[in-house]
Amino acid sequence: MVTLPRFLNSFVFIVFVFALALAAKADAIKPGIIYDMGGKYDHSFNQSAAEGVDRFVKETGITCHEFELSNDAQRTQFMRQLIRHGVNIIAAIGFNQASAVEEMAREFPLVKFVIVDGTVNLPNVESVNYKEQQSSYLCGMAAALVSKTHKVGFVGGMDIPLIRKFAMGYTAGAKLIDPSIKVIVNMTGTTPSAWNDPIRGGELAKSQFGQGVDVVFHAAGSTGLGVMQAAKDAGLLSIGCDKNQDSVHPGSVLTSAVKRVDVAVYSAFMDAKNNTWKGGPKQLGLECDAVGYSLDQYNRLLITPAIEARLNQAKADIISGKISVPEYK
Amino acid sequence: MSQSRSALYLRLEPFLLPVLNLGLALLVSGLIIFSIGENPLKALQVIFQGSFGSGEGLGYTLFYSTNYIFTGLAVAVAYHAGLFNIGCEGQAYVGGLGVSFVGLYLGGLPAWCVIILGILAGALFGAAWAYVPAWLQARKGSHIVITTIMFNFIGSALMTWLLVVVLIKPGQQAPESREFSNHAFLPSLKGLFSYAGINLGQSPLNLALLISLTAAVAIWFLLWRTRFGYQLRVAGTSPAAARYAGISPENFMLKAMLLSGALAGCLGLNELMGSQHRLTLDFPAGAGFIGIAVALMGRNNPIGICFSALLFGALVQGGGELAFEMPHISHALVIVIQGLVILFCGALDQLLKKPLRRIFTTTV
Repeated sequence: MVTLPRFLNSFVFIVFVFALALAAKADAIKPGIIYDMGGKYDHSFNQSAAEGVDRFVKETGITCHEFELSNDAQRTQFMRQLIRHGVNIIAAIGFNQASAVEEMAREFPLVKFVIVDGTVNLPNVESVNYKEQQSSYLCGMAAALVSKTHKVGFVGGMDIPLIRKFAMGYTAGAKLIDPSIKVIVNMTGTTPSAWNDPIRGGELAKSQFGQGVDVVFHAAGSTGLGVMQAAKDAGLLSIGCDKNQDSVHPGSVLTSAVKRVDVAVYSAFMDAKNNTWKGGPKQLGLECDAVGYSLDQYNRLLITPAIEARLNQAKADIISGKISVPEYK
Repeated sequence: MSQSRSALYLRLEPFLLPVLNLGLALLVSGLIIFSIGENPLKALQVIFQGSFGSGEGLGYTLFYSTNYIFTGLAVAVAYHAGLFNIGCEGQAYVGGLGVSFVGLYLGGLPAWCVIILGILAGALFGAAWAYVPAWLQARKGSHIVITTIMFNFIGSALMTWLLVVVLIKPGQQAPESREFSNHAFLPSLKGLFSYAGINLGQSPLNLALLISLTAAVAIWFLLWRTRFGYQLRVAGTSPAAARYAGISPENFMLKAMLLSGALAGCLGLNELMGSQHRLTLDFPAGAGFIGIAVALMGRNNPIGICFSALLFGALVQGGGELAFEMPHISHALVIVIQGLVILFCGALDQLLKKPLRRIFTTTV
């Protein structure tokens, strides 16, 4: 057995460590994503995240491990499973996963985590939150600008803080245009099925129309599809949510309060791939177009240049801080 | 000879039928999996490996089973009193509130004391939530199926409001309470299982399993070995006969529903004190409804319920692993498989019964 001199011994050790570090660096990223209980194809929030994954997969050719939750205990269970399968960056979609991400991020400090709609203060967690109140505010303004009856409506999904945030921004935006406007706010329900009940969404919208509402904004996942259908049937206007839903019923959807979850997921994975990923909290708002109102060929005729100018002015004012949008806390 | 053969068959029937029904359900599931271009045998293997193949998988299976034992027993107790309690979901949810109050506000007491109080509080809140529909049925004649379903919704409305407005930990989006005091964490069963050489890994299996098994034995004893149980079953089987014998069916309706709600309310022990350590939104996640299938398949017998709870626990755990391992088999298809098992074992229970009896009991 050859015994190396002491300094050589430590030299070999250092080289070995460097080699390891290099190997780790060269190691390709393996992304994984955990959708919340709404499921991957919810026409809304989770699906937007899925689009970000698809774009990443298409551009890089790297496959992504996906999982849809069906109960609470599965959150940590399948994050662990992902990690055992060598996944080194996990995107957890939805505020319900914050506690699980915190637990897992402590247990696996070398794995990167991305939590959307929640905050976890650990170095290996990127917490992405959106200023939904800003886009809702602009949509409230748009609604008030086109409303002839001075009554606008809001249909939320489940009654949770996030949806109250939408309702609050929307109401404030409408009141900016017309301080005497009436905003009717309804929540669909108190169980998770409230996200997936288009029939009830339609009924709520119809009841609001009966009270004189002529523009209705939904923040209700699949339930919102019923809201939008009811608006189309009644010849009135609706406002879409999360994804750009202008094309769902062209001519009847005034605009959509867009929330680009896809961008957050895509850029987190991309950053990880390019070794530029950083943990920490991120508040994404109008300033980086992570939220906003949509304008395309489907609603070009509804959003007149005058309205567009008004909204863009408000957008600039919100970014510069001239308008402060109230936030549900 | 054929006499003894038919007697043997009738003794074996309670075991044979569920197994055959399960086989049929898996066969149909296999056909569906085959039709979407996946290998059904591999899928079956993943389910089995995932639920029983490792210590950790087994731990998760038993963890889910614990939930189903509680709710299965709850449904069964009501069933023996002639009531169909569809409100276990709500009773479990509200029972979790009781468990959480103990975890949040009485956590300073010694651990054993907190656990006992947790059991009592869960049972009390669950029972209270079951009492109103029971009272309405017994005294006012409104149908318990309708009222318990409605109470599920009222329960979830109440809990959502409490979580969003009152109990929420400030400064966060998720509607969940702060963490319980660590005296309210039910001890893990890792130590116990390691004596048997099983490593439960990171699974959340906890003392609640033993509590649920104890409850199963206690319910069996209560229903079949005590006067109270006999009266309850008489009241359930034939209210007229019960009344003739001096038993008030209405009284036993109330008592059975209180007991049923109390059992459902204990779900929070496993989910909240055992695993999440905080009150979370919609934590029962359908366990109350699965309890109906568990009770039906277990023939409303506590021992049968323990076995069918094990099956459903394995389906949930194995189904999760299946969706994970075979990405083409989506979460929705896993629900289809679970639904088929419920269909064949619960609703189509009689499908094989007649033909089998005809084959084996020729003399009858």
